[in-house]
Amino acid sequence: MSHEGENGVTPGRLFWAFLYMGATSFGGGVVAYLRDHLVSRLNWLDDDEFIAALEIGETVPGLISTNVAVIVGSRLAGVGGAIAAALGMIIPGALMIFVLGVLYAHLRANPDVGAALAGVGAAAVGLILAVSLQIGRRAVQRLADLLIVAAAFVPVGIWHVSLVPMLVVLAPIAIWSYRPTDRVAAAEYHAKQAAFHARRAAQHREAPPERIEGGA
Amino acid sequence: MKRLVGLVNVFALLSLLAVGGGTAVLPQMKHEVVALHHWMTAEQFTDLYSLGQLAPGPNMNMVAVIGFKVGGVAGALLVLIAFYLPSCTLAFAAGRIWDHFRESPWRDAVQRGMAPITVGLMLSGVYAIGTVATLNFHHSLRHNLITSAITASVAAVLLLRRINPALLILLAAAIGWFALRIA
Repeated sequence: MSHEGENGVTPGRLFWAFLYMGATSFGGGVVAYLRDHLVSRLNWLDDDEFIAALEIGETVPGLISTNVAVIVGSRLAGVGGAIAAALGMIIPGALMIFVLGVLYAHLRANPDVGAALAGVGAAAVGLILAVSLQIGRRAVQRLADLLIVAAAFVPVGIWHVSLVPMLVVLAPIAIWSYRPTDRVAAAEYHAKQAAFHARRAAQHREAPPERIEGGA
Repeated sequence: MKRLVGLVNVFALLSLLAVGGGTAVLPQMKHEVVALHHWMTAEQFTDLYSLGQLAPGPNMNMVAVIGFKVGGVAGALLVLIAFYLPSCTLAFAAGRIWDHFRESPWRDAVQRGMAPITVGLMLSGVYAIGTVATLNFHHSLRHNLITSAITASVAAVLLLRRINPALLILLAAAIGWFALRIA
């Protein structure tokens, strides 16, 4: 694994950098944390390159933080870089939750621990609720979007329908509802997107990175 | 051995179904782990997911603990591989060919169309975890009032202020202990 890519970044350096980020990105918002390190501190990418990686990482399935790690690792140091970055991202948190899990198995019968865990669980619900609402504010722009939200929520959340049939039916309908109608509209949309990304990049340069929802 | 194969099947499929992030598969993961395979109780699953929010890095690493409970260290490693390898491979491939699709108007349609589905699935996750940790009829009214107040306060604070959620979760642990054991 002596592949050396852009900026002299090797899989080894990627591994240690992502191991550090994987070990210190507490409390969600991993994506903003990655941007801060990769763009501002290490200078391995510029903002546009990071946003391009984030776009891909959000579009394909999987955890966004590990997807971004794979894409950035691959851009900078090939296959070895992708593997090194993903392992670095995953290992510290997995070890820590492993320790928490063992402690949990031993201590959960203790009523004091049980009461504290009740607080932790209730707070975790508040956390996903807040993230869902933040993303929802951006994702739901028309009445049809609200219907799509309901069409995903009710079968999966209430009736326990498997995600496979739900996605097979709903995803084509949802994507079709946003089908490119004519070239003018598509061009307009692209211009808006470009302006949005330019603004976002400028904001990132000026202010400390905002917490990007959905973190991991 | 059969249990290990079952673990790999479940988590490899979930890996590819996680549209828009890991939280999207939370409801189905709970359903498979608790109701279909009986690998743990709903309370254990909810506790582990919640504890997982205190660990750094990706917020679904608690899948390793599910694997450990079912198949020891081998189970934990297999689940991590099954849960990360398929989606990471896809991300790797997409990263390589993305530039060909950059200008396609269908790319926007996919992104904008899938976003509300992700939101619906995340709300399903809220429901799946919330019916155990926030509103749970097996607990007393007082217990439910305390957990509801914590959930609502955490959500409100996070929507209004930029603050590290891990700190709020630790604070909620202290409040939960005090309200349920002392007060």
